[in-house]
Amino acid sequence: MSEKILLRGGRVVDPSQSLDRVHDVLIVDGSVARLADGIEAPEDARTVDCAGKVVCPGLIDVHVHLREPGGEHKETIATGAASAVAGGFTAVCAMPNTDPPIDDPAAVGFVVAAGRAAGLARVYPVGCISSGRAGERLALVGEMVDAGAVAITDDGSPVMNSGLMRMALEYARAFGIPVADHPEDLGLSDGGHMNEGIVSSRLGLGGKPNASEDIHIVRDLLLAELTGGHIHLQHVSTRFGVESIRQAKARGVHVTAEASPHHLVLTHEAVDGYRTEAKMNPPLRAQEDVDAVRAGLADGTLDTIATDHAPHHYDEKEAAFADAPNGIVGLETALGIVLTHVVGEGVIDLPTMIERMSCQPARAFGLPGGTLAIGGPADVTVFDPGARWVVDAGQFRSRSRNTPFGGWELTGRPTMTIVGGRIVWSG
Amino acid sequence: MSEVGKPLGKDLVGLEGLSADQLRMILDTAEPFKEISERRIKKVPVLRGKTIVNLFFEASTRTRISFEFAEKRLSADTVNISSTGSSVAKGETLVDTARNLEAMRIDMVVIRHGASGAARFLAERIPSNVINAGDGWHEHPTQGLLDLLTIRDRMGRIEGLRVCIVGDIKHSRVARSNIYGLRALGAEVAVCGPRTLLPPAPEELGCRVFSRVEEAIEWADVLNVLRLQLERMQAGYVPSLREYNRIWGVSTARLEAAPRDILVLHPGPMNRGVEIDSDVADGPHSVILNQVTNGVAVRMAVLYLLAGGQPERAEAAKEGGEA
Repeated sequence: MSEKILLRGGRVVDPSQSLDRVHDVLIVDGSVARLADGIEAPEDARTVDCAGKVVCPGLIDVHVHLREPGGEHKETIATGAASAVAGGFTAVCAMPNTDPPIDDPAAVGFVVAAGRAAGLARVYPVGCISSGRAGERLALVGEMVDAGAVAITDDGSPVMNSGLMRMALEYARAFGIPVADHPEDLGLSDGGHMNEGIVSSRLGLGGKPNASEDIHIVRDLLLAELTGGHIHLQHVSTRFGVESIRQAKARGVHVTAEASPHHLVLTHEAVDGYRTEAKMNPPLRAQEDVDAVRAGLADGTLDTIATDHAPHHYDEKEAAFADAPNGIVGLETALGIVLTHVVGEGVIDLPTMIERMSCQPARAFGLPGGTLAIGGPADVTVFDPGARWVVDAGQFRSRSRNTPFGGWELTGRPTMTIVGGRIVWSG
Repeated sequence: MSEVGKPLGKDLVGLEGLSADQLRMILDTAEPFKEISERRIKKVPVLRGKTIVNLFFEASTRTRISFEFAEKRLSADTVNISSTGSSVAKGETLVDTARNLEAMRIDMVVIRHGASGAARFLAERIPSNVINAGDGWHEHPTQGLLDLLTIRDRMGRIEGLRVCIVGDIKHSRVARSNIYGLRALGAEVAVCGPRTLLPPAPEELGCRVFSRVEEAIEWADVLNVLRLQLERMQAGYVPSLREYNRIWGVSTARLEAAPRDILVLHPGPMNRGVEIDSDVADGPHSVILNQVTNGVAVRMAVLYLLAGGQPERAEAAKEGGEA
């Protein structure tokens, strides 16, 4: 059966083909069929009025925690995929720090199957670097790639053994996948619950110094340079980290790197009052770091925006600060936060935002999508850049509510998410 | 911060943010309460009918007993709960424990907890008054107050004094409460200790830093010497207790080299021969036992004020009136 959708009169922004103009988009049988002005609606097409809206390649989040298996009280692949499409994301990459971890082809197959069953956002599994995330031996990287893994990482934990990291970068080259790392020297951040600085001193909380992140960023860059492998640095939060990546890119090192929405807009002051909803790893840092992350996003040093969506149950965050787990949910606030506080404050323009949230993540992880090219999969996000709304965590599709952005008034939110030519969400 | 009729607000979770007037009010209110503990019958009806729970998630002798004496001498009904052997040990969360107590209609909770922020966490979730008896590395406000009272007793003032806190500042709730309280009352504050045991930004907390205790003694009017917890040595913050004593220990010889008479405080329990030598602890510079005595009076004052007592009525209240 032929399914047709005509997106009429939206501002079509697709940096992959340097496109930014009012256009109609015709979707037929799951693919982008035509991009033109004044397309006559086929008789059996569903026409969607997109006047005043932005139509762009579907947003892709290469860093989410869907918690299944093992953490279903926080999130499942289905609720996470529902949260994704409600936030305008057509694809997500699921981190493997589940229980049991995603470290073999069977586990990868489980994530693929659960993602398909949910039938919402595309869910791409990321496999572990090391078996059991133990940091000792390489996991079954090749078999996991054959089963559908698009990258490897031990995220949630850093790879402390530099020799193992070197091997991972070398071994992954055969499969053309990135090795994603959560850069942190645990010896330096041991006992830390937030950024080390004046706020941690005042609150009497153990701190993680910037150096704990910087050292591993520099190490990973050196190892990528040594091996020719592709290092993907997750949630970069420090001034020196950004500068190191900038220099490495100039040297031609194969590195891609993320900025998280929260590291673009919040400082460690948000923790004051022991707010566990502002507890994450890496922690919120000082203003000079936020400024550097913003500058890095603007000049492309940080080429990808990724949320590090990390759901936790209410009871787990309703605890003394040191006892609460790290992480915040991000899928349903990312677009609004970035539009309001990054694009809205002139850090990047709208096409650059779409480059960082769709085109580049697709390229970096070798995923379909990230473009509205004719014949490509019709993964499309439609958003209203002028819609004002107030973040109400109670309305989230995610199973969890742990956000520091509750009550924030934002401008810009998704109105329709299309995956493979199917409208999977509209609001 | 203060509301009408509630000069301290609902809770005392820390000295940070209290004004000089509020701090002076607590110290002034403690003055009349000192005398109760000197009576033959050490009991006044100020808190008659009030129910207070002492909720101690960490071992404590001095602080818990001091609070208990303060409560009992003001005629409150008290219950002590320690983490071992209670529902806490069975995995009940902090907030559930507190809500269950609340459901039994209590008036105040005194909490000691190993996590920074625990007292504030509780205070934001229950309507009872909450008094922080030490939360992690954060604050121990009644210890800070009794230190202030003891210094004021001996020196006649706080303003303009030079006070150096010596030892493990980084992990010390006593240090933070002292820094906030002393600075609010106009003292100059310094910290001295191995850099591994100082917070990352002591200057941003408004403190001078001395690396060697001799320099601190040269500068200070008052030393507040903190306990070196043995676990810090085990964790490698200092290589040995002997070395710590040689470099940062407060000894009579070092005090005698000082240009002025120095007052020495210690919040206890002491490691004699580590951070403080016995002849100092037992000698003329020491006001360590005065601190303990003042602790009861200061805690009475805090209990009285949080219960809604008016500072100017403290003298009358203890002679038979209720708060």
